[in-house]
Amino acid sequence: MCGIAGFCGELPVPAQARVILERMIHTLHHRGPDGYGFHVGSGIGLAHARLSIIDLVSGEQPIHNERQNVWTVFNGEIFNYVELRANLEQQGHRFYTRSDTEVIVHLYEQYGDAFVEHLNGQFAIALWDDERRRLLLTRDRAGIRPLFYTRATGNLWFGSEIKSLLAVLPQYATLDPLGLVQTFSYWGPVDPNTLFKGIHSLPPGHILAISDDGSETLTRYWDWNFPSLSEPASASRAYASVEDATVELRALLIDAVRLQLRADVPVGAYLSGGLDSSGIVALIRSFTETPVRTFSVAFDDAEFDESEHQAAMVRYLGTDHTTLHCSRRDIGEAFPQLIRHTETPILRTAAAPLMLLSRRVREEGYKVVLTGEGADEVFGGYDIFKEAKIRRFWAQQPTSTFRPKLLGRLYGYLDHSPVASEALAQAFFKRGLEHIDRPIFAHAPRWITSQRAVAFLSDELRASVGNWDPLTWYEKRLPADIMSWSPLSRDQYVEAKTLLAAYLLPAQGDRVAMANSVEGRFPYLDHRLIEFAARLPPSWKIRGLTEKYLLRRALAGLLPDEILKRTKQPYRAPDSQSFFFDGEPLDYVADLMGGARIRAAGYFNAAMVGRLFDKCRHNRAIGFADNQAFVGILSTMLLDESFLRRSGA
Amino acid sequence: MSSETTVIEAKVRGYILENLMFSSDENELDNDASLLERGVIDSTGVLEIILFLEGEFGIEVKASEMLPENFDSVNNMVRFVSRLQGTR
Repeated sequence: MCGIAGFCGELPVPAQARVILERMIHTLHHRGPDGYGFHVGSGIGLAHARLSIIDLVSGEQPIHNERQNVWTVFNGEIFNYVELRANLEQQGHRFYTRSDTEVIVHLYEQYGDAFVEHLNGQFAIALWDDERRRLLLTRDRAGIRPLFYTRATGNLWFGSEIKSLLAVLPQYATLDPLGLVQTFSYWGPVDPNTLFKGIHSLPPGHILAISDDGSETLTRYWDWNFPSLSEPASASRAYASVEDATVELRALLIDAVRLQLRADVPVGAYLSGGLDSSGIVALIRSFTETPVRTFSVAFDDAEFDESEHQAAMVRYLGTDHTTLHCSRRDIGEAFPQLIRHTETPILRTAAAPLMLLSRRVREEGYKVVLTGEGADEVFGGYDIFKEAKIRRFWAQQPTSTFRPKLLGRLYGYLDHSPVASEALAQAFFKRGLEHIDRPIFAHAPRWITSQRAVAFLSDELRASVGNWDPLTWYEKRLPADIMSWSPLSRDQYVEAKTLLAAYLLPAQGDRVAMANSVEGRFPYLDHRLIEFAARLPPSWKIRGLTEKYLLRRALAGLLPDEILKRTKQPYRAPDSQSFFFDGEPLDYVADLMGGARIRAAGYFNAAMVGRLFDKCRHNRAIGFADNQAFVGILSTMLLDESFLRRSGA
Repeated sequence: MSSETTVIEAKVRGYILENLMFSSDENELDNDASLLERGVIDSTGVLEIILFLEGEFGIEVKASEMLPENFDSVNNMVRFVSRLQGTR
């Protein structure tokens, strides 16, 4: 795990290449505190900040091939490097390190651009082919590791985080209104958009090739893909029965965990108390020799706290466990640092406790943790999938009084549940039934709720995005054949490409762990598991209203019944309540949300923000929309303070 | 319209404008408009309104009265509060 940065093309003053690379990579010190490495050649500059996890002795980057005409810097892990190396050695390749990085250059020699299809891992790679004078940038399939790029001074510049680009290209420190309205709808900017004008995020599962003449070619090598409903079942899947599929899934889970435990340093695991992370820990415990060290977050507020379930798992599995107790004040005070790492506004505070947890992990001497991220997207765990299932069922008979009553089975974990009143919940969820034939049907209510934050934008900013509509904009990006997939498959695809790739993996995953030089690993996002689950019948994922049915079957016998049968409780943290104490805001909150600062920044309507501020201050903001708007505005102002205002933009 | 309902209407409008629309522009709020359909309130927004009405007007809203027709517009709320104040 590491940070990478660099450029492609001749610099105006070539002698400054090393100094420029140093300036870029030093901003990524938190991603790689164990040393820096550089390669400067004609038309190329590569820099690397290392967090040593595999091959502690000789794994420094950049790494090259035998002839030193292919060079790479890479952030992440190639989990199947042992098998890849054995195969490459059989084909005559000679290695000079024990690192997973070195397989990249030899795989490229062997397979060309298709090398990436052989990788099982989480990665952002820059590879320079000196003979062809061609740079390749690529990211892993799900989007676990970040990679940003831009064009300036006739060069292509890239880096693991945007701050590495801004270090040498401060003119890009201006806010992109499209990135902001996307964040206020989908919870994060959707690739290739970012919050910074002209800076792009390389989409997951893609390769960007930059040739000597400066031309760029963007190619998708992988995507979440689901079978058409018209495909015969026998063609789309290999499992005759749910029993066979359960056996296969358990075998895949064991192998994914086994691969992701590969490291030359001790590996820990997060334990939230839910099915997904408990399953990972149980698999480690039951099928590997790795000692299990676990970590979790506990909250003072009962609405968010899962420590009772965490304790049950710790007792059951006998792990050596550390609990981080997180208060509302801890969240509020950590929030500015969080936004310096996310480099984007966020609508909820839940990433802050995870940043504090990774700090604790690091203090305990661990650099790597396995987590349960991804299981909900892969196996159908989210309430949004069940909500959509009920709404579709209802839409078939809109006059039914029985069908909408099923909504009462959702959201029981919320203090102010949207289904507290059956009649009102029905009125709310009935909105959007007209989108029944659209691929964004499931997500329309969420995006419309989140979008209430857009109302707070200044007239000028709103005018700059025109009549931008989150539903139609996203629909245009979807695969042409998506309506031939099952409804659940459509919902899973949209979820994986928006919430997962635009928010959970960057803001709540990579950035908060790397803030403290900790690498998160996500066995459920092993691409073999994603591809396996995509071919399953929807009823093997959500059976009735029981989510992740097949995953529960595969983990049966490894977990106590109370965890195995537990309904999913999404991970959440106190939102606007984290910034006010006895009616008084934290100092920086008072400053940034005050009328003068809001007006000076120019992004928001100061009068409206003032009213929202008062509502939150008096603890009257109980709904998602208000809380998301408050956290979104505050984090935008923090982004402005950390990155944008300094440029004078 | 009685003076009582005028007072109720003013308070309800003031609350919705200030706390749910974050606006001071009276023209933005039509007394007959559906607040759910306009996206002014979401499902928890209705709970906020009920908490406000109970606190402001000393009424108690029963579960069986939590219906869209009672809370979906300013006029519906005014009618509902007036009825409860007159009967309880």
